Amino acid sequence: MSEVLVVIDHAEGEVKKPTYELLTIARRLGEPSAVFFGSADKADAVAEKVKKYGAEKVYVIDDADVEGYLVAPKAEAMQQLAEKAGGEGGLAAILFPSSFEGKEVAARLAIKIESGLITDAVDVQEGPVTTQSVFAGSYTVTAKVTKGTPIITVKPNSAAPEETEGAAAVEAFTPTISDGAKTAQIIASQPRQSTGRPDLTEAAIVVSGGRGTGGNFEPIENFADSLGAAVGASRAAVDSGWMPHAFQVGQTGKTVSPQLYVANGISGAIQHRAGMQTSKTIVAVNKDDEAPIFELVDFGVVGDLHTVLPAATEEITKRKG
Amino acid sequence: MKYVPDATADRQFESDNTVDRVGVDGLLSELDEYAVEQALQLKEKTEGEHEVIALCVGPEKAVDAARKALQMGADRAVHVVDDAIAGSDYVATSLVLAKAIEKIGTCDLVVCGMASTDASGSVVPAMLAERLNLPQVTLASVVEAQGDQVRIKRDNEGSTEVIGATLPIVLSVTDQTGEARYPSFKGIMAAKKKPLETLSLSDLGIEADQVGLAVAWSQVEETTERPPRTAGEIVTDEDGSGAVALAEFLASKKFI
Repeated sequence: MSEVLVVIDHAEGEVKKPTYELLTIARRLGEPSAVFFGSADKADAVAEKVKKYGAEKVYVIDDADVEGYLVAPKAEAMQQLAEKAGGEGGLAAILFPSSFEGKEVAARLAIKIESGLITDAVDVQEGPVTTQSVFAGSYTVTAKVTKGTPIITVKPNSAAPEETEGAAAVEAFTPTISDGAKTAQIIASQPRQSTGRPDLTEAAIVVSGGRGTGGNFEPIENFADSLGAAVGASRAAVDSGWMPHAFQVGQTGKTVSPQLYVANGISGAIQHRAGMQTSKTIVAVNKDDEAPIFELVDFGVVGDLHTVLPAATEEITKRKG
Repeated sequence: MKYVPDATADRQFESDNTVDRVGVDGLLSELDEYAVEQALQLKEKTEGEHEVIALCVGPEKAVDAARKALQMGADRAVHVVDDAIAGSDYVATSLVLAKAIEKIGTCDLVVCGMASTDASGSVVPAMLAERLNLPQVTLASVVEAQGDQVRIKRDNEGSTEVIGATLPIVLSVTDQTGEARYPSFKGIMAAKKKPLETLSLSDLGIEADQVGLAVAWSQVEETTERPPRTAGEIVTDEDGSGAVALAEFLASKKFI
């Protein structure tokens, strides 16, 4: 079977759930080889994790020339790795998480190795045939790469991770990075403070607040915590300075596709809908019974979030016992 | 800049699985307005040492996107139009843009929106940078330039970063860079006299079989319109009944 390269999504060696989803998808297409960009010290711990989801190999790329710069060196490294790993049978596919960085490395790689690119897949089946959800979720599109090695970026929550034991043979890979690739330098990087809540883009439940919060996110946060959810915000809430941009759900923020999305005090402008419409179940709480968000919901409450949410939080806590 | 179907309209696909660009009104992609704005601001800071050139690729009607940029204050515009371009994927689009930029001449800075409002791929700036052999700095929220040195603040997935780069670069900006200006009456009048150049593929030295739907490196096989979400149950909160009903619903779906 041909290899499938899967780029690991992680923060300082902490492997994120989308990686396991990618490995699960990769097994439908060939033999998964995980690619770890990061410190060699953490490679064994990372290999241990991806092994459980069927990674047969783990390529470790630990290179200061890659880490200190924006995506160009990663694309060069991937090109060289693809050439090495491809061998005779070629690669069956190269999968990236659909983060901005994942998409940008994939984009540069596509030009370098003259291969087609499909972004933001929500499903990938044998072929590979991808499924995408477009126009704010109003269309489903299936597509195929017709030239070179299929390069596909996959959104979080696109597959249920399935465990299976792989060999996870660790192999160091040292790319040669050109000077030209090292021209956009990361001068400072400040990790966002952890809120203790799940990450917005990969959470199974997202609870968001908008203009209707009036700037008070406490009911949103308490309700989110009762469900173990991530917290999000509409652009109106971010523009008002109530929440940092990193929490923004929508066209110019994060796109989320959780099992459950709860929109509170959010009217549902098209830009917001573009970022959440593919959520499996949608719930809204809004004082305005004519808010467009109610057109999308599986369940809606017309009421003031400042009274509905605290009472619902209490009710949920009680039911959980 | 990209000319896109209006996102508030009912967007559709054609029978060949390309986006319907006739049945739906088009406009300059909202996210590209921020790119035009940022280019104008940087120009204003250098007091006219630089020229802002608006570039768009698209059908006849896409010239409206170029005109909007001229009205906002761009000095001149270039519109690449050729029937053969229809249905081009990211790869071919980036080729046309790269060739057009080379044709325009030396550019210190190529500014793009963070994504288009139709395909939302966010990959054309990276592909363009690759083709032009330039660094890319994407998702900028603050841009500062001094001489040929630029400093950019950006929100990456898990961190806030400061990036340093030497021009020329390909830059993409988010809505955080600041509200895009509305064209003034004076701007609209002035735009009518500004140069607007139209280029074809042959002007750019691109063969017709290098672009378009037939040679796209990825092909759409099928497009299916999703049945619109049917409105679910909506209750009105009275004396706490809304909260109980909400909890009941969440429990019935096994979220509690």
